[in-house]
Amino acid sequence: MNLKIKIRATSIAAICLVGLSCPVLADEFDNADLERWQMEYMAVVEEGEKLFHGGLGNPNTVSCDQCHPNAANTHPETYPKFQQQLGRVVALWEMINWCLQNPLETEMLAADDPKLIALQAYITEERKGVELEPGKH
Amino acid sequence: MSRTSRRELLRHGGALLAASSLPLSVVEVAYGQGSEQNFTFAYISDSHITQVKGNEFVRNWDRGLIRAVAETNLLDPKPDFIFYGGDIAQLGKPAEIDHGLEILAGLSGDVHYVMGEHDYYVDLGDYWRKQLGPDHYSFDHKGVHFVVLNSILTHEAWMHQKWETGMQRMKQMARLDNPSGQPFMVGEAQRNWLRKDLRKVKKETPIVVLSHSPLQKIYKGWNFWTDDAEQVQALLQPFGKVTVLYGHVHQIQTNQIGNISFHAAMATAWPWPYPATYRQQNSYLPKLTVEMNRADPFFERDATGWQFIDMHSGRTDVSYLLPDNANRVVAFDESVGHPVDQTDYAEAGRKSPLQHY
Repeated sequence: MNLKIKIRATSIAAICLVGLSCPVLADEFDNADLERWQMEYMAVVEEGEKLFHGGLGNPNTVSCDQCHPNAANTHPETYPKFQQQLGRVVALWEMINWCLQNPLETEMLAADDPKLIALQAYITEERKGVELEPGKH
Repeated sequence: MSRTSRRELLRHGGALLAASSLPLSVVEVAYGQGSEQNFTFAYISDSHITQVKGNEFVRNWDRGLIRAVAETNLLDPKPDFIFYGGDIAQLGKPAEIDHGLEILAGLSGDVHYVMGEHDYYVDLGDYWRKQLGPDHYSFDHKGVHFVVLNSILTHEAWMHQKWETGMQRMKQMARLDNPSGQPFMVGEAQRNWLRKDLRKVKKETPIVVLSHSPLQKIYKGWNFWTDDAEQVQALLQPFGKVTVLYGHVHQIQTNQIGNISFHAAMATAWPWPYPATYRQQNSYLPKLTVEMNRADPFFERDATGWQFIDMHSGRTDVSYLLPDNANRVVAFDESVGHPVDQTDYAEAGRKSPLQHY
């Protein structure tokens, strides 16, 4: 750290110590923040719920909930696991892509596609409270 | 399996065992060994034929029904007739019902139909009834009284509210896990019809009732449920031997309530999870049920299938025939007074694939 920056950091700390206004620290959050973050999360869960129930626009119209009402039998808590049919360890999003390509007869999604994130948010939210058991078949 | 029940199975189930290499389910109603009155019928349900556009339909669901029809035609002895347990169509479109009936027309034998909610809610059953006739009826066959009910009705006010289109109403009902879903019911009019219909039936006459939804309460959230189930059961309890066969649940379920034995049908389209696997809500799967193996999604016919029913002594033995899953026989056991799964693991402990979670 050069001398100039060192002096600036020291003076910010000094200002905070005497109770004057100071920048928000990284580990400072309050209930309003928690509520906003939960809202952001639930908005994505709700988007996932729509996609899961026919919102993917795949031409054959088959939807995830037809086989998995309330996302049951998706077992998000067991991933990553050895998917014996594929012969390797996969994450949940890879199995979702398998479903998209097979029963839904459509294109797979990129791992960071917001739709794939939303589907995982909904599936995991419906399974909330179940113990994590990665690797369980 | 105990020695006794194995002997019983061998004695009564020779034909069943011979046929059980086929992925199908048969129901036998029998009056005792060698009786001319014994007969079988096949039971196919829940095909959910889905139109993509024009003449294009979802291949997977078509294949399930085509396979069930082909296998039913191979049954020996030939079943006396076939029941179709409802949900021919996914969204009740005339094109879907017609396409399903075209496939079912390949069956050699008479078919009796049950109305499912996926056939009904777009036009309140108009097209289905135009093609297939009344949605509730009864008939007698070799001393057994058969009753078909339309059990997927719901509150009149909901059905007849101002919908923009019938398809909007259908889509509400077609979503199994709809949080604002409506409960199924037989309704007062049909219960009165049933009361009247049963007046002419002797108390010792075996009765077989077919409905789409379970005439018992298992899990309301997915309509594994009929709201007035107890009232319908009360009409059936005075009879000595009653069997209720239902579709809708896409899985094996077995139960006994008083004199009434319950058996569910598998779907030809896709299997459903058992309700207890949805951990956010309580459900009531009957204890007599030995769950079917967990489905392997990589084999698209796994955990789908159909059944044949062997009727003897006025009781129903249901054989569940699955292409890529263990075949099963659930037969009425007079010594305990309820249906019992005849496979070894019913008594000898459950295998891992039977553990749903």
